[in-house]
Parts: sequence; structure tokens; C-alpha cells
Amino acid sequence: MKGITIPLNCLPVGKKAKVKLLRSDGIIRRRMLDLGLIPDTVVEAIQKSPSGDPTAYYIRGAVMALRSEEAGRILVEMA
Amino acid sequence: MGLTNRSTGSNVLQEELKIECAPGDKIIALSGNPNVGKSTVFNSLTGMNQHTGNWPGKTVANARGRCRHRGRNFIIVDIPGTYSLMANSAEEEIARDFVCFGNPDAVVVVTDATCLERNLNLVLQILEITDKVVVCVNLIDEAERKKIRIDFAELSRRLGVPVIPTNARRKKGLNELMDAVYAVTNGKIRLNPIKITYDKAIEQAVEIIQPEVRKLTGGRINNRWVALKLLDGDEHIIGSISRHTGIDLAGNANLAALLGKAKQYLAENGIKPEDFRDKTVSRLVTVAEELSRETVTFENRQYNSIDRKIDRVLTSKIFGLPVMLALLAMILWLTVEGANLPSSILADFLFGIEKKISEIILSSGSPAWLHDILVHGMYRTLAWVVSVMLPPMAIFFPLFTFLEDLGYLPRVAFNLDNFFKKACAHGKQALTMCMGFGCNAAGVIGCRIIESPRERLIAILTNNFVPCNGRFPTLIAISVIFFGGAIGGAFQSAVPTLAVTGVVLFGIIITLLVSRILSKTVLKGYPSSFALELPPYRRPQIGRIIIRSIFDRTLFVLGRAVAIAAPAGLVIWIMANVAVNDISLLKHAADFLEPFGRLLGMDGYILMAFILGLPANEIVIPIIIMSYTASGAMLEFDTLKDLKQLLDANGWTWLTGLNVMLFSLMHFPCGTTLWTIRKETGSMKWTLAAFAIPTAAGIAVCLIIAAAARIFGLA
Repeated sequence: MKGITIPLNCLPVGKKAKVKLLRSDGIIRRRMLDLGLIPDTVVEAIQKSPSGDPTAYYIRGAVMALRSEEAGRILVEMA
Repeated sequence: MGLTNRSTGSNVLQEELKIECAPGDKIIALSGNPNVGKSTVFNSLTGMNQHTGNWPGKTVANARGRCRHRGRNFIIVDIPGTYSLMANSAEEEIARDFVCFGNPDAVVVVTDATCLERNLNLVLQILEITDKVVVCVNLIDEAERKKIRIDFAELSRRLGVPVIPTNARRKKGLNELMDAVYAVTNGKIRLNPIKITYDKAIEQAVEIIQPEVRKLTGGRINNRWVALKLLDGDEHIIGSISRHTGIDLAGNANLAALLGKAKQYLAENGIKPEDFRDKTVSRLVTVAEELSRETVTFENRQYNSIDRKIDRVLTSKIFGLPVMLALLAMILWLTVEGANLPSSILADFLFGIEKKISEIILSSGSPAWLHDILVHGMYRTLAWVVSVMLPPMAIFFPLFTFLEDLGYLPRVAFNLDNFFKKACAHGKQALTMCMGFGCNAAGVIGCRIIESPRERLIAILTNNFVPCNGRFPTLIAISVIFFGGAIGGAFQSAVPTLAVTGVVLFGIIITLLVSRILSKTVLKGYPSSFALELPPYRRPQIGRIIIRSIFDRTLFVLGRAVAIAAPAGLVIWIMANVAVNDISLLKHAADFLEPFGRLLGMDGYILMAFILGLPANEIVIPIIIMSYTASGAMLEFDTLKDLKQLLDANGWTWLTGLNVMLFSLMHFPCGTTLWTIRKETGSMKWTLAAFAIPTAAGIAVCLIIAAAARIFGLA
């Protein structure tokens, strides 16, 4: 699994990965950047909500919940 | 009914920029990320009681307060918490416009010591606009508990502005904070703010247009920042500049030519328009990362492992939703169970002194009719409102505030988000819904945290489907009367609790259903992006919670109820005692509504009470009692048992009780809420929709239940 690139929503809970590419654009892209999701940022999937979506991620010291639509447009490389 | 600028309320936001102040007063903007204790800092500085809670997005409008320090007046403006000043949403625009155009004498950026890196991003963005910044690192107690060490002196040296550690909840560090603000506003500190430099090509492009920008704006706005925004292609900022300063950047041919040249230069150097923002934002994030790496040490890498363990239960697949329901039921049970005794003691007392009041009024030589109006009309309604409403509110509010302070509400939004997504609505609607439990008008204002106008309107239109505090006492009283006798002994509160919990759940289901219907019809669209912060759990301060929730919320709601109940009691008494053709006005009105009321499983008096209760839902039950007692036998009632007798005597069955509860859940919002919706949406049409949608839903549900009950011979 190490080194392979996947969309963030496919990152298993408890695993860490490095941001490689943001595929979203417009306001959503800006929001993701504002949260600090720039290339090489390490994120960790920490918790899925009861119905499996959204998922909470540990990003730069904060816990942020993202829906699979947004997380799916962030490509990460598994650590 | 289209989505226009008018209907999304941006016109409302404009008026919030103007601050009145005396000469010599200093204006201080209080900014920061959501949920960093900004409102607590505000309250501690100003002695005001702006509502606080551990969830992002609670402050959505600029609140103002005064503070005196070293003989100087400061006007503190609490602007909405934002992650960024890129103006992605209405609240970010308010925050940015105030920092840019509100001419604050200083900006205090409140940051969270436990999450400094992310917070520094906003500090850096603000430092690009203004030099007069004081950084307040709040929640240092939480950071200490988590063994996070911050080198404040080094951070201050690197940022080039004062950095003050505070624990606003315990009022620690606030004097030092105001000292720094005082020094900054009086020019007593040499500020040397960090200069963020971008790629060479970007810097060159800035240099191409900056002189022209400087010429046009004078010294009124930071021209390097404006130049960066122009290169970014941010059109909002051009509009904001012309609106607030009268400077027309868009119409200037010189600037347009230079801007074209600068953009061409960027393109030639490999920076496409869409890369520009990435590069500038990334640079800020990287600088924040460096600053944090050099000034913050985590002595315990597992510092938030307890939070994760709690979350693993509270948001787990198995326990998440059941725990949520159980917490709701528990709060309601404690409220129902706990309110019984104080309610009857209060009623005994208030109705006990009624005779004394009668004697005093009659002995003062007042005519009998005046005595009747004052005592039977106004006083009895008041006594009812106080004895029935005060105890449940004094229990419910602190319990709810406890969960709010703890940080549970964002978890509710996290748990429920998927349902809202399926309803094509915004996940934060769960938060505005929770605010509605307190007060629907507050919930409607809270909808400003939702960025997309479409989803914000959906949240506004459906907010009324959660019962506010004005309606909880009605629900509780009726469920105790009609569903309380089912089981005796220690569990006698269980059934009414379940009934109220059921009604709340039903309201949430209707919220989702109506949201979905709206999304598929008049407010077509897809759910927008959603990023919700799950803040660290914080230890609630019990003493504070009790004081805050009783003084800020309970007494406020009760005060409003009393203010409306007294005149309403008067109106009812007059209607009951003024006769036309030997029949009182009250009976005329009730008779007119009777057929429709019957159809809905209620009666004419009840419908009239809901209509007369438009100013405040709190007085619906008192009006029902007033009308029954005024038109029939004058009963002395001072407990819920007496009330049951009165209702039974007027033909109430379990069906009446159930439908009154459901109609209370689903009918037109109160006057205050409607007025707020009008203000927030800027549209009469949407206000009417907000009136019509819940009313139609309530009528439909009551009709179906009444018809079904009759068909099956149950009532």
C-alpha cells in the first residue's frame, strides 16, 4: 500500500497519507487550501460518521470532517 | 422565486460596518478562526453576555461592546470567526470588509493555542492587510493540559507584533492583552510585521500595478494587498472597495492596462490564473507551518488521544445515533421529572397570593371590572406562564448549554450529515437546527454559517420544524397530562418523555423531508461542499453554564413571554366579556373556527389560541386556559391535574392532545422569527413561504391523524 496514490476518501481509518494533488476548483479548492491542504501536507483519516460519510481527518492539528465528494477530489499518497 | 442577491441577505450585512463612536474612542476588531473562544474574550473584555458555545460559527454578526482601559474607551467589535479572509461566504465577507474598510484602530486576532498552526494562516492574511495587529493566543490552559509549549516571545519576534497568551474563561492575560492594544493604538510599540514574499514572478507582477493602485487608493487601503487581490482576479474586492470607499478601480483604464500587462507577465513566467491563488495561499500555509515548527513544541504527541476515544463512541457506527437519541431523551426526562415539583410550588404560591392582590385592588376603590381585567385577565395568565414555563426552562437550558460547551453539537452535525446530504441540504443545517431548539429566530440568523444561498434558504425555511423553548413547555405540559398516567411510580415521566422525544424526532424527519422536497422543486440544486471542524472537547464550566443559561436565556425567554402574556390576557378577557347579540366576541371567533378545528382533531378555541399566539408561542396554552375559563365555569387550577380536569371538561381526548402537540411543532413561526426571516432573506415571498410551509405541513398531518382516528373508531 505504501507509496500508492488514492483519492482521500479511500484512505482507511487510522492511516496517514500525503496530499499530492487537488482536483477540485473554484470555491471548494479555495476552502481546501484554506484548511492547509497543500501538496505534501500529511493527513490522517481518524473517524467515519455512523453512516460512513463524512469522514473526519486530522489536518494540521485540527480535526475536519469532509464529505466523500470533497475528499474524493484530493489525491493522496499513502505513507 | 429565484435566488438573487436580495434574497440572500447581503444587503443586510452592509449596515453592520458602521460603528458609532465618540472622538478619541478606539475601535478594536476581534477576529479569529471559528471556535477559538473569541466570544469569551469579547464578553470578558466588555462585561457583556454574547452567547458562547463550543462549536464553529456561533457568532455570525458583528457584536459590539465597550471596554475601558487606562482611561481610554475602546469599542470592541466581535466579527464572525473565519478560517480565511478570502471571502468565500457571507460571514467571511463581513469579517474581511470590517478589517479592510471598518477602519479599526487595531485588530486583535484570537487564536487557539492547541491548534496554532492553522490559526496562524489567518493571522498572516490579516497582517497582509494591516500592521496594527495584536495576536491573542487563547485557551492556554487547554494547551498546558495537552502539554503543548509555545514560545510566545519568539512568535512575537517573528510575527513582528505583540503576542499575548490568555485564558479568557478565567480572565487571565486580558489586562496584558489590553495593554498591548493600548500600546498599538497609541503608536507606543514599534511594529515590524512579517513581510511575506511570493515567487519572483508574482512579486514582479505586483510591482507592475502597485504604483497605480497606490495612486488611486491613496493611503486608505494597503495597496500591496489590493494589488495581490487584483492579480488574483477577485472581483468581489473591487465591488467592496467601491462600495465602502467610493474608489472605482474597475473603471480606471490605466489600471486595467497595467493589470493586463501584469497578468501577461505572469503567464509568460508560467503562472496561469488558476495557479496564482494556489501559490499565494500555499505560501501562507507554508509560512504558518514554519512559524509553528519553530515556536511550538508538543511534549506529548498523543495529546488528543482522549478526544479520539470519546469520538470513537459518540460518532461510532453502532453507538453514534443511539447515544444521540438517548442524550435527547435524558435531557427531556430530567426536564419533565425535575419540573414537576417546582412547578406546583410556584403555582401554589402565585395563585395563593391572587386573593391578596384582589383585596389590595378592591380596597383601593377600583371598580369591579378593572379588578377582573387585572386579576382574572392579566395576573392569571402571567401566573400560568411563570409557573409552567420557568421550571422546565431552568432545567432544559443549562443541560443543553452543557452539551454545547462540551463540544457535542458539531458531533451531532457529523452524525447527521449524511441524512442532510441525501436531502440535498447542507451538513451545517444540523447545527442551525440545534440552535432552533433554543430559539428559531436565533436559528434563522445562525443559517448565515451556510455558504450556499440555496442551502441557506432551505435551512431558514425548515428551522421552525424544531420546537423552540417557547414550545417545549407546551409539549411537556400536554404530554404529561395526556400520556403521563400510563405508567405509575418511578417511571411515570417515562411515557411523556418518550412522547416529546418522538415529537422532536418527527420534527427532524419532517425537516429532512421538506428540505428534500424544496431541493427537488423550487430550490433545485446539488449539495455544496462541506467542511466541518470537530473541535476538541472542552471541560464545561458548570457554574458559568448555570448562570449564563438562566440569566441569558431563561430570563430572556420568560421576559418575552410575560411581556406578551399580560396584554394577551387582557385581550382575551375583553373578548370574553364583550358580547355581541348576547354572545361574547370570544365565542363568535371560536365558533367561526370550530368546524375547521374539529376537522383537525382540535377545536375552535385551540386554533384561535395558535393564531393569537403569533407574537409568542409561549402563550398558546395560557390563551386556551383563559378562553375555557372565561367562557365556561371559572375553575381554580393550580396544578397540571386541575388543568387536565379543565381540558377534559372541554372535550379533550388523547387525539386533541396529540394534535395540539403536532400542530405546536408544525405551524407558522412566531412573529419574531418571521420578522427575522424577512430581514435575513430580504424577501417577502420567502417570508410567506416560511409561514405557509410549516402551516400546510401541520394541517396535513393533523387532518390525516384525525381522519384515521375517526375511521378506526379510536376517538
